[in-house]
Amino acid sequence: MAGQKNFPLLMELGAPGRRAYLLPELDVPNRSLEELIPDQYLRSEPAPLPELSELEVVRHFTNLSRRNHGIDVGFYPLGSCTMKYNPKVNEDLASYPGFASLHPYQPEATVQGALQLMYELEEYLCEIAGLERATLAPAAGAHGELTGLMLIKAYHESRGEGHRDEIIIPDSAHGTNPASAAMCGYKVVEVASSERGSVCVDALRKVVGPKTAGLMLTNPNTLGLFEEDILTISEIVHGAGGLLYFDGANANAILGKCRPGDMGFDVVHFNLHKTFSTPHGGGGPGSGPIAVREDLVPFLPVPVVEKRQKSVDLAGTGQNIDEFYLDYDRPLSIGKIKGFYGNFLVMVRAYAYILSMGPEGLKQVSEDAVLAANYLMAKLKSAYELPYDRICKHEFVLSAKRQKANGVTARDIAKRLLDYDMHAPTVYFPLIVEEALMIEPTETETKAALDEFIDVMLAIAREAEESPEKLQKAPYHTVVGRLDETLAARHPVVRWQGGKDMEAKARDE
Amino acid sequence: MKVPVDLKYTESHEWVKVTDDGLIVGITEYAQGEMGDIVFADLPQVGAEYKKGESLAVIESVKAVSDIYAPVGGTIIEVNEALVDSPELINDDCYGEGWLVKLSPETDAELDGLLSAEEYEKLLEKEA
Amino acid sequence: MGYPYLPLTPGERQEMLSAIGAESVEELFSDIPREIKLQKNLDLPQPLTESELIRHVQELGDRNISLDTHTSFLGAGVYQHLVPRAVYHLANRAEFLTAYTPYQAEISQGVLQATFEYQTLICSLTGMDVANASMYDGATALAEAALMAINITNGSRVIAFESIHPDYRAVVETYLRAVGAELVVLPTDRGTADPEALRPYLGKDTAAVLVQQPNFFGLLEPVDEIGALLEDVPTMFAACVNPISLGILKAPAAYGADIVVGDGQPLGNPPAFGGPSFGFMAAKEKYIRRMPGRIVGETRDEAGNRGFVLTLQTREQHIRRHRATSNICTNAAHSSLMGTIYLAMLGKEGLREVALQCAQKAHYTAEQITALPGWEMLFEGPYYHEFAVKAPVPWTKVNAALLDKGIIGGLPLAKMYPDRPEWENAILFCVTEARTASEIQHLVQVLKGVR
Repeated sequence: MAGQKNFPLLMELGAPGRRAYLLPELDVPNRSLEELIPDQYLRSEPAPLPELSELEVVRHFTNLSRRNHGIDVGFYPLGSCTMKYNPKVNEDLASYPGFASLHPYQPEATVQGALQLMYELEEYLCEIAGLERATLAPAAGAHGELTGLMLIKAYHESRGEGHRDEIIIPDSAHGTNPASAAMCGYKVVEVASSERGSVCVDALRKVVGPKTAGLMLTNPNTLGLFEEDILTISEIVHGAGGLLYFDGANANAILGKCRPGDMGFDVVHFNLHKTFSTPHGGGGPGSGPIAVREDLVPFLPVPVVEKRQKSVDLAGTGQNIDEFYLDYDRPLSIGKIKGFYGNFLVMVRAYAYILSMGPEGLKQVSEDAVLAANYLMAKLKSAYELPYDRICKHEFVLSAKRQKANGVTARDIAKRLLDYDMHAPTVYFPLIVEEALMIEPTETETKAALDEFIDVMLAIAREAEESPEKLQKAPYHTVVGRLDETLAARHPVVRWQGGKDMEAKARDE
Repeated sequence: MKVPVDLKYTESHEWVKVTDDGLIVGITEYAQGEMGDIVFADLPQVGAEYKKGESLAVIESVKAVSDIYAPVGGTIIEVNEALVDSPELINDDCYGEGWLVKLSPETDAELDGLLSAEEYEKLLEKEA
Repeated sequence: MGYPYLPLTPGERQEMLSAIGAESVEELFSDIPREIKLQKNLDLPQPLTESELIRHVQELGDRNISLDTHTSFLGAGVYQHLVPRAVYHLANRAEFLTAYTPYQAEISQGVLQATFEYQTLICSLTGMDVANASMYDGATALAEAALMAINITNGSRVIAFESIHPDYRAVVETYLRAVGAELVVLPTDRGTADPEALRPYLGKDTAAVLVQQPNFFGLLEPVDEIGALLEDVPTMFAACVNPISLGILKAPAAYGADIVVGDGQPLGNPPAFGGPSFGFMAAKEKYIRRMPGRIVGETRDEAGNRGFVLTLQTREQHIRRHRATSNICTNAAHSSLMGTIYLAMLGKEGLREVALQCAQKAHYTAEQITALPGWEMLFEGPYYHEFAVKAPVPWTKVNAALLDKGIIGGLPLAKMYPDRPEWENAILFCVTEARTASEIQHLVQVLKGVR
């Protein structure tokens, strides 16, 4: 059933009047809706939702899940996404009623455990970042970027330097960087990469100036390479009066090895759903806390979790205990950036992960992640072009240039990998590498899994030479064949309309 | 690569056809080939004015976005409505049914700055 | 000591180093300048084993009072509903939970099709033409709707009523300030919007009017009148709605909304101390290319089989970069999946019943409370499942007395509207289908005794 072609949609199942879930019978006086709410506010017909039995719902979503790849299913070397194992125990902890069943507006005295967890997680992240304070409010990396840039803006404005309206971004950066800068009202100034794949220091010197608000940098960068000139870069940007923003997408390479704060970064975001093992859930939710240096702390979004001493008179002993509270009284704050306090249950998982690993364990995470990436790179560079041949960090970027000469693109290679029950690397990113294949194995794979991936990649490279046409039509063993993205974009059908959508498409062809 | 001799060209790969009632603008075969399958054309309003070099339209493929720049300054007098439903015309017939806009030039002076077919072919050789 | 999530053995590490041609792991970090190499261990707690971890973290959890052990009458954006167990079991299937964004469509049909179904269900509820694949939450979805309207209309001002959730307004304000746009908040002295107050602002400069239905106080806004006023002006109508209320309330498309957003938590997601939930966004078809976030579209493979892909990606940051419709990348896919499964389980009649019972129980509770001496409704006018009542004693006393009896009371408006002294002693109660008659009677009984 899971493998069936034209798998039915939820809306194509069920029958009128069928129910999957019943409510307890109403136990207050049964007054008609019209008595309670005037007609003008009401709908005349119920919303057209499907009507299924419980087993129909269960089978539908169970089989849908079987049409999907996940880390628990197989290897997932999707570069820049850090698809490491998501520990099961953390799921249990996140669904513990003492966390999952808390209302955000409960009195603070009734959520001391939750606030303590947030306070401690903030401390841990600050220690890992080498910075002063953090906010856990941002819901994702890009949301952290936006928040961080707002802090940078508030900082400059507080110093009478609101005219600084340029953010410098390397040409290898994630698309979120320039998009976040634009959402913060900044102009984007691109700086080129050098032949070694790092920020070109001379080019940077030319673009900094009195209008520079800051530089956004991923380190290691999106090529998986450490920015060796980071101290010079920091000096140049700070010298011009700008601040340094650290995109933490690649933090998995440096845990306990070096810290963004020590590199000169003023604002740092982490992706808890990458580095700290919380699941991606098919695209989210994530969490993108940002840590900042001391003089940016006043601008942090509200609320901030704070701790104070409270005296309690336990049997006349007059002890002090810690009391945690949400501080909204922050006059320089940029304001609120998300409903409530952030993605709390994601924080619970990340907190649990950090406690599972400890300081040496986190260092081992980065060492193993870097070792695995360098191992794959060493084994694959004979078969694929390696545009930047130097030690990589947690990921590296190959180019399918050689295969392209034979008519096989990075996309074809990616699609062929799916036939081996492996997810493909990130393709066509970073933009500065032609036919890019960005590979990030993570530290949680066995050597056997890495070796299997190597074998498959080498086999595909041979196929690209011997039978390129085979790759061009891959995949063959998936539940659907290669899907037509052009058709989808030319004639967007984004909801089910009783099957009429397919007819319309048939007419178009 | 087809480069019709009766058209003028820009360095950003637009073509221009001079007619009695205005200039027809499209993108060259090279440009549509680089873009791949075109899925959407975001065209300007009739009456909109552009200076030479300003972006007057945007063309999209599945994974790329490309600005179309005004080859000369002028006012839009017609847009190719057929592209709304059939953006693929740009791929299929870029010099014909896949034209983008017709504009009335502000002055004729800027026309002299455009490339001839021969000059454009040289540019293509250089880019290759 | 080993770590359960780190499978490489010392011997394997050595073999891998040899293959690389490196002497030591440290050599692989030789590109980090000496000056910034960390010379000590991070100052973090020593690692815990799984059983130790469970004990430690659950101890923290036990320091909280949860809605599982206490009866709550809190709403204000996060709602406690009955959730079919199947939602939890199905959504937490590892193939859904441990997948990334469905970039490789052929092995991501599960997530892609579920998202397509989600988009369809959101359109069914709201009556709109198109929906995206989710936003972070309701507050950020509303902020993105305001930005979307600014981009479409080129207006530089957004109007919001005071009756919109104060935290949502605060988020919108933060987002708008960043792009130099203005947020004008129109007062709602009697709890709901006065459509006439909009007139001076209707015009090219005003990008959007934001309205919450039902509003923060649970009251129903005059959305028909607002929709009529906005019909023929460039100013866009963005409605922020509670998805469960749409089981009985008019679909926003019917009153002329251009963009509809809301928070999806009520649809099968736990209260979770406020997150994660998901934001939803739907719009009229003509705005589809101006929407933020991912969108899943239907297509076919070469053999003509139906399949689903991420589509219209040129709107998004990874392609359009600084000109993208938004910077959003990671969204709230898994929370929206829970919403999808919830709606599938409840079905057409189920959702209507939930919404109806919410209204019935809330009205019953309001009548019982206001029958007590000194207790009265703060506002007049029709409401859904929340209502504000003025207490004859300070709210602090009320909620302390309730907590003492195992009840988490309503939200004091003083916390959300410090600049409204006349609402100072009002409490916002929420009653959903999850509250029983005996819980409601217990509440009323305790309130009766508060002095």
